Amino acid sequence: MSVQAITESPVMRAVLITIALVFLGFFLLLPLLAVFSEALREGAGPFLDALHTADALAAIRLTLLIAAISVPLNMVFGIAASWAITKFQFPGKALLITLIDLPFSVSPVVSGLIFVLLFGANGLFGAWLAEHDLKIIFAVPGIVLATVFITFPFVARELIPLMLEQGKDDEEAAISLGANGWQTFWHVTLPNIRWGLLYGVLLCNARAMGEFGAVSVVSGHIRGETNTMPLHVEILYNEYDFVGAFAVASLLALLALVTLVAKTVLEWRFGLHAGARH
Amino acid sequence: MLPGFGLSFGFTLAWLTLIVLIPLATIFLKAGGMGWAQVVEVGFSERALAAYQLSFGTAAMAGLVNAVFGLVVAWVLVRYSFPGKQVVSALVDLPFALPTAVAGIALTALYAPQGWIGQYLEPLGIKVAFTWVGITIALVFIGLPFVVRSVEPVLADLGREVEEAAATLGATRWQTFRHVIFPAIGPALLTGFALAFARGVGEYGSVIFISGNMPGRTEIAPLLIVTQLEQYAYAGATAIAVVMMLASFAVLLLINLVQAASRRRMGA
Amino acid sequence: MIHLRGITKRFGDYAALHGIDLDVAPGEFIALLGPSGSGKTTLLRIIAGLEFQDSGTVLLGGEDVSSTPVADRHVGFVFQHYALFRHMTVADNVAFGLSVRRGKGRLPKAARRARAEELLRLVQLEGLGSRYPGQLSGGQRQRVALARALAIEPRLLLLDEPFGALDAKVRKDLRRWLRDLHKAMGLTSIFVTHDQEEALELADRVVVMNQGRIEQIGAPDAVYMNPETPFVSHFVGETNRLPAAGGEIHFRPHEITLSADGAEALLVDNVFRKGAVWRAEGLLEGSGQFVELDLPSSGDAPQLGQTIRFNPHRARMFTADGDQTQGETR
Repeated sequence: MSVQAITESPVMRAVLITIALVFLGFFLLLPLLAVFSEALREGAGPFLDALHTADALAAIRLTLLIAAISVPLNMVFGIAASWAITKFQFPGKALLITLIDLPFSVSPVVSGLIFVLLFGANGLFGAWLAEHDLKIIFAVPGIVLATVFITFPFVARELIPLMLEQGKDDEEAAISLGANGWQTFWHVTLPNIRWGLLYGVLLCNARAMGEFGAVSVVSGHIRGETNTMPLHVEILYNEYDFVGAFAVASLLALLALVTLVAKTVLEWRFGLHAGARH
Repeated sequence: MLPGFGLSFGFTLAWLTLIVLIPLATIFLKAGGMGWAQVVEVGFSERALAAYQLSFGTAAMAGLVNAVFGLVVAWVLVRYSFPGKQVVSALVDLPFALPTAVAGIALTALYAPQGWIGQYLEPLGIKVAFTWVGITIALVFIGLPFVVRSVEPVLADLGREVEEAAATLGATRWQTFRHVIFPAIGPALLTGFALAFARGVGEYGSVIFISGNMPGRTEIAPLLIVTQLEQYAYAGATAIAVVMMLASFAVLLLINLVQAASRRRMGA
Repeated sequence: MIHLRGITKRFGDYAALHGIDLDVAPGEFIALLGPSGSGKTTLLRIIAGLEFQDSGTVLLGGEDVSSTPVADRHVGFVFQHYALFRHMTVADNVAFGLSVRRGKGRLPKAARRARAEELLRLVQLEGLGSRYPGQLSGGQRQRVALARALAIEPRLLLLDEPFGALDAKVRKDLRRWLRDLHKAMGLTSIFVTHDQEEALELADRVVVMNQGRIEQIGAPDAVYMNPETPFVSHFVGETNRLPAAGGEIHFRPHEITLSADGAEALLVDNVFRKGAVWRAEGLLEGSGQFVELDLPSSGDAPQLGQTIRFNPHRARMFTADGDQTQGETR
């Protein structure tokens, strides 16, 4: 008879667990199952055919390219920003952190709009770009810009708390032993933050590959050229090619699942935590 | 003193300015160029007002649903153990990881009149897809992790001792929750609600498939921006964007103030 | 007042308490003293109803409360880390127990306020009622916690390491203050501590616990002067141990007589001033046993390398199975 004195009754506990599971089942699990089930509705053949079209392959290639450009850019930025913020004191630090977070509070559609206003045909630099025969909006550079903007805070967000917690004793010790700045970074700081960095990169990548609203505004939806995977899903869906749409969507869902598993593993192994903001 | 301040700080500031500050400033520059009278006229047109009402209304509704159920989920994850808990906990972050367009078509597949769930609701006269209810469901999906992940750490940090203290003073379990636990996690719950709300107001991908996009009825504000852009009505798009941005900044500012006040009060 | 009979408690494979019997008279001030893991806190929590025993009975004032939930036991509990409600003012903290009371015992708001004020005066925190706990010092917080526990007019006050989180100086002041408060109120109280000085200073009776069992119950003086087990001898106060035929001889550092023909000889290898006495440490000639002695500081400090000859004038012999066979001068 080992009774817990201060907790809810077993009945209450069962009720609360049931409520939570039913809620999560309806709102999270069912949509996930729906993606795969709809994709395979007509069997594996049509599913694979849908992925084997030239347009789908082009969309996959473009999505990988966008992520391959924007994720490293944000990684470098995230490391530089968290180095400056966590290792030094300077006025306006809180403001800087707020500004880095800014893209989180901007609607994805607005994030696309701002680049249209800058580089679109009628935009601030539109005439100059046309004169020099450069294309940003409705082209790959615009998609990269919008993606970098959307995923801007991800790496910095993960690194700042981690590096604050670690302090700067290790780095100061390295410097006092004669290491220069780069040596200190490579041999002391980077090994300390590598899992946190991977964590941030993982989340950044998931968003970069999956971003829809911002990319939709700047891409122009040119098939085979400026269509990323999420945009391709939309096009197929609007053309009532549901198997095709869900087939491409299932690849993205798979990416999400891999991200979740990797994220959970990092959380277990290294005690990392995601903040509430993404 | 460590080296690298000039380099890292300079790069951070330059990149931030180039990628975030200048582009964001453009929108206000553009709005300023239009003249505020025109911004107000376009930004508060009848169609725009209907879109705000829908976007803010459904986002608030979804935020409330998430505040209630997100609290239950966080509670269950922090306090109880049950088989599969780790999987459930990982699943909570699905909306962060799943591309919004995928969520959008999946939810539509579930709630369309012939969908998995929609087919059972249709005979009851409940229309979900292509109504505000569908939009709310999409925003509940998008906003859930904000609430759960805001509340979880605070709930976990809340020592058992204060609950035990309340019990020794004669409080029932419900009184302990209402007077001791809830006030302690209230600020975190509010933060979660506000984050979910702000995200919901701007959400696009998961909503447009399920909403039906009828102007004045199921047209959310971000969609109206896209529609304006497609018609090359840059002024209209800008005006609506400015109104939305100011609104979400105001919400975030409000949370920060509330949190600062509660931190000050508790002397932490 | 309190009668515990055969209390046992296990946490999984770990047996925290093995059959505890304890009786406490009304108005007594009892210390549960023991090292961590001795079960003292578990016992306190079982009396409060914060844990339930696996077997045995708890009687409070003649009433069997063995399965009564904590909220209905009417027992004041003070936590080591205060456990104050951070979002409530000090006055609201103190009045909490009154404001959650249901039924006919419920006081109107004005009466609750007045009672909180009165208690804050009692714990010498008058005028701080509108502050938040975060704005108080550790000692003040612990007094708020005490006032909060007293507000429900408990039949019994339980304190779990009440001074554990405080600085040495504050701890000493609060200790004296708590003793005076107990004298004035006469409320039956039990406190848990691992600090033998605290137990000896405050308690009417000390309950020494070890590995889930009670080793000895007695007045502070009795526990110190006549420890019944080697554990108590060692845990309460400082003790030198000498091997002897069939067991061990225990004596305190000051329980010696210097004598040129003493039976024992200490080769001094460290000397320092310990308050009013010189403390000399070193190994005994012959047995090589490490021993600490207190010598009057009126004399010269012992020199390093010096040999001090002495006889223990008051010692206790414990046989190998833990029985004490001899209690006086040898």
